[in-house]
Amino acid sequence: MSNTARANILARLKETPPQPSHTSYSSPDKGRLGGVSYAWDTAERVRRFTERMVAVRAEVHHATPETWLDVVSQVCAAKGLSNLLVSPETVLGKQIHAQAERFPTLKTYDQPIESWKQEMFYGIDAAFTGTHGGIAETGTLIVMPSVDEPRLMSLVPPVHIALLEVDKLYTTFAEAVQEQGWVQTGMPTNALLISGPSKSADIEQTLAYGVHGPKELVVVVV
Amino acid sequence: MTSTFRTTVRANLAKPEVRANFYRAMDGLMTRRLDQFPDKAELERLRTQSMAIRANALSKLPELLETLEANLTRNGIQVHWAETPEQGNQIVQAILERHNAKSIIKGKSMVSEEMGMNHFLEALGIECLESDLGEFIIQLDGETPSHIIMPAIHKNRVQIAKLFHEKFPDIPYTEDVDELTQMARRILRDKFYATTVGLSGVNFMVAETGTLCLVENEGNGRMSTTAPSVHIAVTGIEKVVESLSDVPPLLSILTRSATGQPITTYFNMISSPRKPGEKDGPEEVHLVLLDNGRSNIYSDPELLATLRCIRCGACINHCPVYVRIGGHSYGTVYPGPIGSILEPQKAGLDVHGELAQASTLCGACSEVCPVRIPIPSILNRLRYDGVRRDTANTNTVGSGKRRTLSEAATWKTWAWAATHPTIYHAGSTLATHFKGMLPTNLGAWTTVRSAPKLAESTLHQQVKNLGVDHE
Repeated sequence: MSNTARANILARLKETPPQPSHTSYSSPDKGRLGGVSYAWDTAERVRRFTERMVAVRAEVHHATPETWLDVVSQVCAAKGLSNLLVSPETVLGKQIHAQAERFPTLKTYDQPIESWKQEMFYGIDAAFTGTHGGIAETGTLIVMPSVDEPRLMSLVPPVHIALLEVDKLYTTFAEAVQEQGWVQTGMPTNALLISGPSKSADIEQTLAYGVHGPKELVVVVV
Repeated sequence: MTSTFRTTVRANLAKPEVRANFYRAMDGLMTRRLDQFPDKAELERLRTQSMAIRANALSKLPELLETLEANLTRNGIQVHWAETPEQGNQIVQAILERHNAKSIIKGKSMVSEEMGMNHFLEALGIECLESDLGEFIIQLDGETPSHIIMPAIHKNRVQIAKLFHEKFPDIPYTEDVDELTQMARRILRDKFYATTVGLSGVNFMVAETGTLCLVENEGNGRMSTTAPSVHIAVTGIEKVVESLSDVPPLLSILTRSATGQPITTYFNMISSPRKPGEKDGPEEVHLVLLDNGRSNIYSDPELLATLRCIRCGACINHCPVYVRIGGHSYGTVYPGPIGSILEPQKAGLDVHGELAQASTLCGACSEVCPVRIPIPSILNRLRYDGVRRDTANTNTVGSGKRRTLSEAATWKTWAWAATHPTIYHAGSTLATHFKGMLPTNLGAWTTVRSAPKLAESTLHQQVKNLGVDHE
């Protein structure tokens, strides 16, 4: 059925004489939004990113390479977390594991989800992940889950704590795609843009947070 | 006023609560969209750019679909093609049977609504659970979406609170939106935990990289595509774009036009099933590409613009007809202006051609459309196709089926009189003299309006009295 359907659909589409392509499409600026080009320095990018994130009820903390562990530790304490899911394999995760006593019970995602799905869904309070960068214009984290930091880490636990490195904070989405060479390097299984905690306005246009994903998003900008 | 459409419109106009719900929601959405575009020049540039991206993709649609299929297949995603909703449903059924699955959890997908998938699968004894909060609410009430972005927009919180209490009597009654949302979260999380097949729609498919993109706020799209061991995506064949660099402008104008958000909470890009060594994500990812009349629309250079649509719903939010009659009055999957051009083309002018007439042609829809679809022109074209005689010259389904002898005779007589000056002059003079005898009941028009009155003298006489004479 499918092969016949494929042949029929493509044959119908190919019967139509080719439509002329739109001339402005070939503009070198096609990745930029409406031709707008921002000239934001690092401070301005951080300011805009923070403003946007806070506007959608995310928590943003600014730290240095020396203080970020303190910040994460304080966030965990303030929220009364009883455990924290964090990779022992990533550069950042290793640092947290090295000071395990300062954090809630550290949990690791070291087996396929099928082996511990119940605990993941009902027993994990929070997860800590790194990020692939950020977007200042929209207040967005770029997350590319990996073998060490799988997809569900940033989705299932009620609290997601993420670390963003300032040198990976881009002005626009288009700039991030281009600068990081997403096409050249090939797309990962899953790439995500995350802009705040999960939310909905489906009931009478009233914003409610924490629908299916994390109820709280904490970003530590370093 | 006898058609189903007209009967439904009349019934819905008589429901003040529903009308108030729509008015409140649409006012808010229009304001929020406006706030997102403070720079009008930027908005117009972005619209032109987005139109060009979509037009470019359509200009090479068959080639891009082949590239997309090759890249998705290379990435490990299984591609299926369906000419009709029935074929699409059968493909989904076959996948479910292979996994012995008795239930499916769905992220938001208008194409699955188009396929009537829930009814199809439920008839086979397979439970279909909607996980988008709005879809979950209307599913509880046995309804269909009244808006493509906000499916439960026709309900207010009191109605939803009562519905939840009726369906989940063990849970205390509440009208608090946060509590209602948390209630749904708890119920649906158990389902995400237990269900092995998830389904989603697709917002953009990137041919260059073989990537499926999903725009959403709640996480239902991410959950449905990540937690179950099988992910099935369903979408129309027109949703493909050529390259990854096409996506940022489209994403930006989509979210800003739809809900007035600079970006949604989640933008999910899926390029493969779980790879060796990865610890979660589905083992299988399937994409079902649905035609359902789209290739026919594609064959007409004027109607082709319909396929540029990125389903933002801005035309719906700004439509004075939609806000009054509400989404359910249309009796179709896609309501509002986009529905009024898409549905008659998919189902045929004889089935839904009346929708193309239910418009004032005010043009608000085309003013806001992020990809500049000329909706009023297409409405006019469909009106013409509905009554045209030379049906061999158009591919529109149901062409000529709305032609009636009486209407055709009326316009033929009018055309004849208007092109014969002596007859026209005599007729208009006669009508002016006997204006007192003209009927005051002109059918549907005069049920809510006064009948127009003729002037004391004809236009020709008035112009002549002013001393103008070109003859």
